Amino acid sequence: MAKPFSPKVVTANDLMDGDAVWLTAAGTWSLKADEALVLDTPEDAARALAAATAQQGQIVGAYLADIALADGRPVPVHTREALRTRGPSNYYHGKQETAHV
Amino acid sequence: MYNYTDFDHDFVRSRIDQFRGQVMRRVDGSLSEDEFKPLRLMNGLYLQLHAYMLRVAIPYGTLNGRQMRQLAYIADRWDRGYGHFTTRQNIQFNWPKLRDVPEILDALADVEMHAIQTSGNCIRNVTADHFAGAAADEVEDPRPTAELLRQWSTDHPEFQFLPRKFKIAISGAAADRAVVRAHDIGLYLRRNAAGEAGYEVVIGGGLGRTPMVGKTVREFLPKADLLPYLEAILQVYNLSGRRDNKYKARIKILVHETGLDELRGQIESAFAVQKAAFKGVNPAVLAEIEASFAPPVFNNTRSQALEAALSSDPVLRAFVDTNVAPHKNPAYGIVTVSIKTIGQTPGDATSDQMRALADIAEEYGHDELRISHEQNVILPHIRRSDIPAVHARLKAVGLASANIGLISDIIACPGMDYCALATARSIPVAQAIAIRFDELRLEREIGSIKIKISGCINACGHHHVGHIGILGLDRAGVENYQITLGGDATETMAVGERAGPGFEYDAVVPALERLLDAYLKQRESAEETFIEAYRRLGVTPFKAALYPEEALDAA
Repeated sequence: MAKPFSPKVVTANDLMDGDAVWLTAAGTWSLKADEALVLDTPEDAARALAAATAQQGQIVGAYLADIALADGRPVPVHTREALRTRGPSNYYHGKQETAHV
Repeated sequence: MYNYTDFDHDFVRSRIDQFRGQVMRRVDGSLSEDEFKPLRLMNGLYLQLHAYMLRVAIPYGTLNGRQMRQLAYIADRWDRGYGHFTTRQNIQFNWPKLRDVPEILDALADVEMHAIQTSGNCIRNVTADHFAGAAADEVEDPRPTAELLRQWSTDHPEFQFLPRKFKIAISGAAADRAVVRAHDIGLYLRRNAAGEAGYEVVIGGGLGRTPMVGKTVREFLPKADLLPYLEAILQVYNLSGRRDNKYKARIKILVHETGLDELRGQIESAFAVQKAAFKGVNPAVLAEIEASFAPPVFNNTRSQALEAALSSDPVLRAFVDTNVAPHKNPAYGIVTVSIKTIGQTPGDATSDQMRALADIAEEYGHDELRISHEQNVILPHIRRSDIPAVHARLKAVGLASANIGLISDIIACPGMDYCALATARSIPVAQAIAIRFDELRLEREIGSIKIKISGCINACGHHHVGHIGILGLDRAGVENYQITLGGDATETMAVGERAGPGFEYDAVVPALERLLDAYLKQRESAEETFIEAYRRLGVTPFKAALYPEEALDAA
């Protein structure tokens, strides 16, 4: 039996500064993972990924990442994706640095 | 120190101009990412988890004060005020912006540095013994050969699209400090019975997913035959190396699948053709390269200043014990500056620290610095009587840790904190180990030991050849760490043995505590190092320490 589809988001890196970004419901790219559009079906996911990949002028390397829902907001399930939402653990650099502003 | 010729300058600048145009065309949409990616990689620009990363070559690990100061400037102006020294004698900047990279490359070219061939399926930065030109046990300085190979391999038209990346290392000393047998080609400078210098040539070494100890393909190659012989090896590999499977594309797999003797025959046939056509390296060019690595003019005045300072300063004594190695000139010492301050990121130096290192090298060290594959910085020529002053200067910038060769002198790759390939974090594991054994005050008690950590199977952190190797893997989205034991990175290179099932992130440090406790209890004396005890006792008592539950079950 096929594995049940787990919800996903589209993520990529910004072309100019390389920062991690997520595709929103408006079709724009956000620096915040919890603003990502949640994709509940394989068809939606494939369609969103194809549209995102076409945005070569803004992003690099779009892919689908698994998420879980917490209070209706997407949160990463993989350690790697969790690190992408905040930055490295050895310095207070990257997103975590500006998150409180 | 090798100085660029006009040709070198023009070549590097023209590559930057090309790249500037490529960046512009990527930004304005004329180039897709698929088109741009191989171009940026050829210029050392990677895309990592949070940002781009620029990998800059430090050829054979040698640089001068001016170059180090420029790296500090780049770190401040275009990055986050620090740089990361790697196991391949490169420096990586973790936060450059795409648009700034051509300017950064210009700043590098101003001090005769570049990022060319720090990625891609070509011949990468040629690495060498970081004690080259200084070590007491040296036959000959390997750097003239390394520079010759850099010139030969840079933009070599035939070898830009090899089946896979290709790494060459060279050592000119009795002790192997360059992990020579873990390279696609390894060279040892040797002398034959007639006293002539030449090379023992090793091929097919490598770590990564299929670790292999390199095999000697030629016991003694006369110096003059080096380029045609390496051309022959590369030609055979370029033709026969596998291109169908990325994971089987390195020359080590070709050696393994073809057999050393068969491959040697193919190489010798190609060599015969190459040698007949080879007119030799232009002697003027060769002489110029050799002259640029002439030893500095040493000051041999005898002084007891160090001895006097040692008797009254235990901190200095500890530093000299671990961080100073014998120099070929008895009035001098080789000072290894630890970039492993306990609790800090292995290999990371701040711009202030880089500037201090540049100043010290210029004032006390004949303007020479080296980067080691163990992610430390070396001042290769320090007069022994100047060591107290150098130590004080290092202390002022937090670089006086007396821990070289000890448990906190850990190799760690950037891991999943930065690297897009990583499957687990390395840096915080290294930090936690260093902090824990410092808390326990066991570092000196445990003594000489090599811990090496990689955040994925590609083994940038050399875990296979650590006395204790730690490999971070992904298990269903969660970090998991395998421990290997008994690896050896020296001339007696050995690949470590996997001890058993992996450990969760928080279980790694406690596992190491049990392991080293077992060592301390079972060693014959304080002189018996961890690796010696491991070789005497075998894996069993250490496995029992790592997996106490299983030992209980078996009982």
